[in-house]
Amino acid sequence: MKDHKYITVERIIKNGFVNFGRNVWLAVAAIAMMGITLTILLFAIIANATFTHTINDLTSHIDVVEYLKDNVSQSQVDRQIRDLKSLPEVKNATYTSKADALLAYEKLNANNPTLLAAISQTDNPLPASITIKPSDPNRLQDIQDFLNKPSQKVLQSDPTSYSGDRKAAIDKITSATHFFQQAGIVGIIVFIVISMLIIFNTIRMAIFNRRDELIIMRLLGASTSYIRGPFVVETMLYGAVAAAISLIVCWSLFKVASSTLQASSLGLLDIGYSNNYFSNHAASILTIQILVGILIGAASSLIATRRYLKFNRQ
Amino acid sequence: MLDRVSKTYNRRGPALERISLHVEPKEFVIIVGPSGAGKSTLFKLLTREEKPTSGKIIVGGIDYEHLKDRDVPLLRRKIGVVFQDFKLLNNKTVYENVAFALEIAGISSSEIKHTVPKVLDVVGLKGKENNYPLELSGGERQRVAIARAIIRQPKILIADEPTGNLDPKHAWDVIKVLEKINKFGTTVLLTTHNQEIVNTLKRRVVTIRDGHIVSDKAVGQYKNS
Repeated sequence: MKDHKYITVERIIKNGFVNFGRNVWLAVAAIAMMGITLTILLFAIIANATFTHTINDLTSHIDVVEYLKDNVSQSQVDRQIRDLKSLPEVKNATYTSKADALLAYEKLNANNPTLLAAISQTDNPLPASITIKPSDPNRLQDIQDFLNKPSQKVLQSDPTSYSGDRKAAIDKITSATHFFQQAGIVGIIVFIVISMLIIFNTIRMAIFNRRDELIIMRLLGASTSYIRGPFVVETMLYGAVAAAISLIVCWSLFKVASSTLQASSLGLLDIGYSNNYFSNHAASILTIQILVGILIGAASSLIATRRYLKFNRQ
Repeated sequence: MLDRVSKTYNRRGPALERISLHVEPKEFVIIVGPSGAGKSTLFKLLTREEKPTSGKIIVGGIDYEHLKDRDVPLLRRKIGVVFQDFKLLNNKTVYENVAFALEIAGISSSEIKHTVPKVLDVVGLKGKENNYPLELSGGERQRVAIARAIIRQPKILIADEPTGNLDPKHAWDVIKVLEKINKFGTTVLLTTHNQEIVNTLKRRVVTIRDGHIVSDKAVGQYKNS
């Protein structure tokens, strides 16, 4: 036999669904605004992932190449790599011999016989080199300082390559990402507040419409949670419905965008990656949206019922 | 039991002033008095819709002074209340209105199905289960309200002018139901303006005027003034 508490919870949920069915037209504005909020949240998540991906992609291509004189011995190379790897700002350091450099050159210019003819195995002008991957692109200067030491200079045949222009691009993207993140957070907060205000109003109207019923419930000894519970369940349903609508709208938008833009890039936003990210994470994004929607609904109705159902505390 | 209970609303004089009243279990007490005498305030204090400004209230062993807000619903489930305006839900059937009181208390559906017809039988509404309140006469509606009030078998039933909106025939129907419930062992507190009912019932009559108890007689009489 079910106990009273279980039966009461079951009835609260059931009444919440019944009320949702009764008030769905009253709740259209609240659901729509919550849908917009959740859509902004969804775009913020995807934009953040795409920007992070772009930054990581660019960062992975940043490296420092130290060109070595032909007379540098293998033991000097080994020591140099060991020294570089011991630096905290260096993620990795790999050696490319003169022969490997030539192979790479030949592979790169396989279709260009003129360039291939200019260089041969017997007369290889390409220097051996050490490619250094920085652990943090912002610490490129530290690596530069290390390589500019006189003890280092004697090993070097040509000026070291620093990917300086890429670093500037990364800095720009990073600051743009921070800006978008902050703007996204502010936008989400503003829309959450607007959604909550609209839900307050919806609940207030629902309470007004059902005032007689609520007064009778109170007089017959309904507990506060029995009276408030269905309102909370009802607004949680607003959140779940808004999340589903938002996901359907976004899914349609991405479908249209991917077919028209053909995975192209819109400035910083790689539509192709965004589309893939959305497809691969649809389930977790929907879960987040539903949870956030339910949370907004529950929080606003808890506050609204506390404010507008004051008589139930008598 | 009320001991020197006063209730003062803001900017008005005291609605009740140092009222003391002791009611025994299973008693049938009629409270009379002109409009504004304080009868409704007395009932609101008993159902804890209002808190007294001073004094002590104890009902069925529950001392209201120590009653926490969260325990008020439990108190109300132990007190049956009937109102002059019935306070029925017009969008629910007779059955649903009565079952509502049990649903709120977390009673199982099978128990509700078992209990509601029995109580409707007690108040003489067998066969009216599927009617809506607006399809019933005033007396029948009031009997639905009584059924809802007694379905949880309260120790005390408060009936605030239950015959106020009824013609004499229906008023007597309601009073007979209240007497029947009293016979089963429920304490009944009834307020009424109906002189004929008070004088015919020959029960204890407490008269309130201007917030004071002016008479309390074991077998009282009442004259409309």
